[in-house]
Amino acid sequence: MSKGGVRILDGVDLGVAPGEFVALIGPSGAGKSTLLNQLAGLEVPDEGSVDLDGAPLTCPGSVSYMPQSDLLLPWRSVVANVALGLEATGTPRRAARKKARQALVHFGLEEFSDASPWALSGGMRSRVALLRTALLGREVLLLDEPFGALDALTRRGLQEWLIGVRDELAATIVLVTHDVDEALLLSDRVVVLTKRPARVALDLTVDLPRPRTMEVETTAQFSRLKARLLDALGVVG
Amino acid sequence: MRRALPAALLALSALVVWEGAVRIFGIPAFLLPGPVAVFEAFWESRAMLLQHAVPTAGEALVGFAFAAAAGILSGIIINRSSLAERSLYPWLVASQTIPIIAIAPVLVTWFGYGPTPKVIVVTLFCFFPITVSVVDGLRAVDPDLIRLMRSFGARPWRIFFMVEAPGALPFLFGGLRLAVTYCVIGAVIGEWVGSSEGLGFLMIQDKAQFEIPRLFAEIGLLSFMGVSLFLTVALTQRLFAPWTLKRDA
Repeated sequence: MSKGGVRILDGVDLGVAPGEFVALIGPSGAGKSTLLNQLAGLEVPDEGSVDLDGAPLTCPGSVSYMPQSDLLLPWRSVVANVALGLEATGTPRRAARKKARQALVHFGLEEFSDASPWALSGGMRSRVALLRTALLGREVLLLDEPFGALDALTRRGLQEWLIGVRDELAATIVLVTHDVDEALLLSDRVVVLTKRPARVALDLTVDLPRPRTMEVETTAQFSRLKARLLDALGVVG
Repeated sequence: MRRALPAALLALSALVVWEGAVRIFGIPAFLLPGPVAVFEAFWESRAMLLQHAVPTAGEALVGFAFAAAAGILSGIIINRSSLAERSLYPWLVASQTIPIIAIAPVLVTWFGYGPTPKVIVVTLFCFFPITVSVVDGLRAVDPDLIRLMRSFGARPWRIFFMVEAPGALPFLFGGLRLAVTYCVIGAVIGEWVGSSEGLGFLMIQDKAQFEIPRLFAEIGLLSFMGVSLFLTVALTQRLFAPWTLKRDA
């Protein structure tokens, strides 16, 4: 894959099994966003292909995608924002809103249903954005640095929340992140990409026991995995 | 109400200074009438003034409605098609350099003394700020938002109506507020050039007959009309798109 003559991805061969949670990590400008755009069907690779269930992915609309910023619409209430994806794909408004309201109740956010997005904290906005994406019910969920813009404490809260709701989402998840701890805490597998043109530097299985809590970060096993990741990223050693 | 207080106080003190100056320096009413004389002239001729205010307001409103429709439509076309942007936009900009007051007489010879040429003048005065606001508003929509909608699998027309059009509303209202202040001026200019009714028509007559206090009353009435229209647009925005007034919107 090249863009404007610059080779961005170079032979990235990556398989993700159904139900797996994979974290993609790599230096800034490594081509993570390009890869994610291709996984979302927003861009088509010049060479090679992205396959979903054995069929090549050539247009958007098959997988769920959550971008870096929450992008909540200020003219829609929380419940209407959650329903956006469904309404965008032709679900009648009433049915979409009903489903969105049920989802908000299910995820314990019903008290915010009729609030305006500007009344929410950053962490709450991210939860709403994740729900909006998840409500489409597609089997693959792409998260592009979903908590990147949040402060460290809020971020922790959301990571714990995501661990808690992971099973409810019942999806294959691909998470792009800069944060080594976040990758290890959340995922089953961490894939490290090299600098441009990106290749797979390390494909690490995270065999930490589940269910996980924040305490897992203090274990020796976590430290060993983290050392391997940092090594592959070229931060240490 | 409390926010309107400074503006009201300023207006009041200006009126007091004006009246005082007229009295102290003994300025004759045909040169500069004081506010009291102006109000007396208004009160004496109130029935006639209000009767002539109706066609002027009508021309301003109809012209503004046409301008809004034309401005929104041309703005969307220019946004959607780069060919239209390159071919149409420069000429729309160029059209704004033509003094409308110069083509108003031509419009009268084409369309007569009725309301049509006035409505056209108002439309010409008002549509351009609306076009620019729509073009800028649609351009300012966050591209990530459009990518998000595409990732959902949304069709282009749904992306337009669900995200782009509402996203452009803060800009559109800015354009409408600007344009609505021009529409009364447009109607008066249209009436100056050739008409048999309206406040613009009365102004020409009163100037010729040295009815200067009534001329000032007409100016005051026109200004009142313009401010009312502006407040109506602002109120519409507050009622139907309150989020456009939020700082983070």
